[in-house]
This record gives sequence, structure tokens and C-alpha cells, in this order.
Amino acid sequence: MKAFTYERATDPGAAVAAMSKAGAKFISGGTNLLDLMKLEIEQPSHLVDISRLPFKDIEEMRDGGLRIGAQATNSDVAADRRVRSRYAVLSQALLAGASGQLRNKASVGGNLLQRTRCPYFYDTVSDCNKRAPGSGCSAIGGFNRGHAILGASESCIATHPSDMAVAMAALEARIELLGANQAARTVAIGDFHRLPGDTPHIETVLQPGEMITGVVLPPQPPGQQVYRKVRDRASYEFALVSVAAIVATDRGTISAARVAFGGVAHRPWRSVEAEAALAGRPATMAVFRAAAEAAMANAVGRGHNDFKIELAKRTLCRTLAQAAQVG
Amino acid sequence: MSVSTATGTKTSEIQISVNGSVRRLVLDPRTSLLDALREHLHLTGTKKGCDHGQCGACTVLINDRRINSCLTLAVMHEGDDIVTIEGLGSPGALHPMQAAFVERDGFQCGYCTPGQICSAVGMLAEVKAGWPSHATADVASRRIALTDAEIRERMSGNICRCAAYPNIVAAVRDVAEGGSK
Repeated sequence: MKAFTYERATDPGAAVAAMSKAGAKFISGGTNLLDLMKLEIEQPSHLVDISRLPFKDIEEMRDGGLRIGAQATNSDVAADRRVRSRYAVLSQALLAGASGQLRNKASVGGNLLQRTRCPYFYDTVSDCNKRAPGSGCSAIGGFNRGHAILGASESCIATHPSDMAVAMAALEARIELLGANQAARTVAIGDFHRLPGDTPHIETVLQPGEMITGVVLPPQPPGQQVYRKVRDRASYEFALVSVAAIVATDRGTISAARVAFGGVAHRPWRSVEAEAALAGRPATMAVFRAAAEAAMANAVGRGHNDFKIELAKRTLCRTLAQAAQVG
Repeated sequence: MSVSTATGTKTSEIQISVNGSVRRLVLDPRTSLLDALREHLHLTGTKKGCDHGQCGACTVLINDRRINSCLTLAVMHEGDDIVTIEGLGSPGALHPMQAAFVERDGFQCGYCTPGQICSAVGMLAEVKAGWPSHATADVASRRIALTDAEIRERMSGNICRCAAYPNIVAAVRDVAEGGSK
């Protein structure tokens, strides 16, 4: 690990101000950042510890929504009674990720910002446009079984590893930020993560020095919420494909549906195509399959990951059937 | 108590509570909590396996919650209350979880055992607090039935390469059913 200096931020304003230092980076739970620092993939020269800032609480919003502080741990959120009863898909997604020990440390803000687990990103002798911009992508033409099938580019086919963010995409969460100039702003989760394009090293719309302070969940949407994750091990493994679905039915007709995929793209993948194919139609397997075809119409396999296209379709059908309580 | 900024210095000073004793340490800020425990406090019961949060051998309890001590910096734990395997029990006065691992033969080589035991103690506290898991059918339910599937899911962050899993599950179940912490 490269040497760095360390400071503990005592208040939010001081935290963002401290980021003016060259090579500065925030640290909160540290479960992803320290892993990458040990491998010297991340090399901050100054760490600003924001873990003790007053953003740990989960609070009711006046409109019936919930605000989750950025420093709340993944465990705190997954176990929260309000999250479990009103936003079950979020609790399920969090519990499908990592291990008990990691969830006890990992923060909500850090979860949104975690880096890909592409093996070529981790292997410092391989070409990787995300780790070393301009060097190339070893995953294209390489061992790419776990890689993206939607929204990828010729620069990068990595996936975003978060389960939590997939549920938040379906819940239409808003991310609250505090900028280096002390200005606050809010970004919809659908606008927060970027597609790789030709700059895969820029993963979000965060400005330099900007800090996540919280995530706001709008009031509970109508319908059943289900998160389904398909992976190579039964536990403690990243998704090959995951689906967050929220489905409301009225006498056998789908009155509202929201669909987001994980493990398929550089960001949580909300599928408006699937949602359009579901709304107003009968809750049947044929309709679910048509939605799955619509969701994957633009999917592209890279060889080893070709199977993920069909896997994503089937996973969506199964998740919708569970959420709509049919089949 | 706040740690002074390390700017201009190579070390940071922290005060932490380890197994009930207050310890003062002067550390390179790169020092993981795991290395602080093992190399600076010579508490070698906590094991270094992968050093990347994948194996769970380094599990300790911080403020009663289980975490991977390899994936956190010691300087971030000023004022925290840390319990390691040495603090849970001692020869002749074993913690119920330690006694259950002996009784059920919940290990072979023993390298993962301190992490398994600390993790199991933290895990049962989570169950007692009503936390759901990936194995819980309805996350909104208030009652958690601690089935073997629940124990296995909740302990999946601890790898045992000797594959003593069936006996580890039995040991954890014994303690859970005995009503011990």
C-alpha cells in the first residue's frame, strides 16, 4: 500500500474542504477502497475519514418517504423495520450481497461507489481502460463470463457490482450530495452512474470533492417488491444477473411495474422497455416473456457471457411471476 | 477523542479498548486493525488469511458488531471497543461458543476457528436483534427461525478449507438453543 496521510473530518463542510488536497479521497466503511489500496489499484495520498459524520440515521420524510444517511451501514438499512416493511426489495438486495461482516462495515454511500470486480481491473499487469485509461480492455476477447451485455462500449465491458443500487434504481431513489463549494444538490439514481463510453474510469456524475450525504426513497410504490439474484455460489458472491421488480396487479392485469437489472451493465439497469411491455397487460408468463425480450432486445454477448442474455430473460420472468403471484 | 491530522508526520496516535483494556498505539496510518492487533499488541489469536475480506479469519467484534479487521484501518477506530478471541474466553473459562466448538469438533486445522467463533457470537446477537438474512423467507417478519439454512447463510463470510462446516453449524446451533449469547 502506498503511503498516505490521514485526517478525520469533524463536520461535513470540513470534509469537502479537505478534498482540495492533491490525491485526497474519502474513506467511510473502507471495505472496497482498502482492498483496492492494498493492490495499489487505488493510490490516494490523503484519506479524509467521513465515517463519523452525522449521516448515520434513517429518517421519515414528510411525504412518506425515507431518507437514509450515507454513513448508515448496509446492515443498519437491511434490518430497519421501515425498510423491511415498505421497501422490502432494498432489504432483500442488501442481504443478497457480501457477508455479515462486510455489511456491518460497508456504508450506503460507499456501496453506490464501489468499483467493478472485473478480474482485469484487479490484475494490474492486464490492460484496463478503467484502471489505466487508454491501455485497452483485456476483457474484450478475454475471459468475460461475468461481463456486461447491455450499454457496454469498445473501451469497457465491466459491470457495476452493487445489489443495493439495483433495488434503489427500481425504487427511484434520489442521491443527496454536498459539493466542494459547500453547495448541496440531488441526483436521481438513474442519472448517477455513467455508461462506460470512451471514459470508463469516470463512473459517476460526482464532481471532484463532492460527497454523498444521503439517499432519499420516495413513498412506497404500489405493488409487490422482489429481488432475485442468480450467482455461481449460493451466498457471498456477486451477481451473474439480478432483478429488482415491483409489480402491482388489479384483477389479473398489471397496473404498474418497475424493473431493474443488476450484473448486466456498467450501472444498475432500469428497463423502461420491460416496464412498457408490462403496463396494462395481463399478468401471464407470455406477457412476462415478451417483457424479457423487450428488455434484452439490444443485449450483446462477448462470447463467454452469451448465456447471460437468456439467463436475464428467465430471471426476469421468474421474478415477475413471484411479484405478481402467478405461475 | 480525535486523532490529530497526520499531515507532516508519518504516524498517528490512537487509543482503543481491546478486550477491556485501554491501549495507546502510535501507528503508520496504513496499519490495518488486524496488523495492529497481531503485530503491535501481539494478540495473535486473530488470524490473517486472505487479507482482503474474503475468508473471515480476521473477524473481531467492534462495539459488539462483527467485522473483518483486515479491511479497516486501525486509525479509524479511536475510542472503539474491540473484542478478539482472546477477550471472549480463556483456557479454563471458555466462552460458550468456544466450548461448543470443542464439544462439536467444529474445526480441523483450527486456523479459521477464532474468526468463526467471533463471527458466530456476533451473528447470534444479530439474530437476537431480529435481523433478517438472505435465507429469511419474509424480510418483514419479526421472528427469525434459526434453521441450519439460516446459520449457513449468516456464516457464509467465514471460509473453512478443512470443510468442518457441519460441525460448525452444530456448535452454533447448540449455543443458540442453549440461550447463551
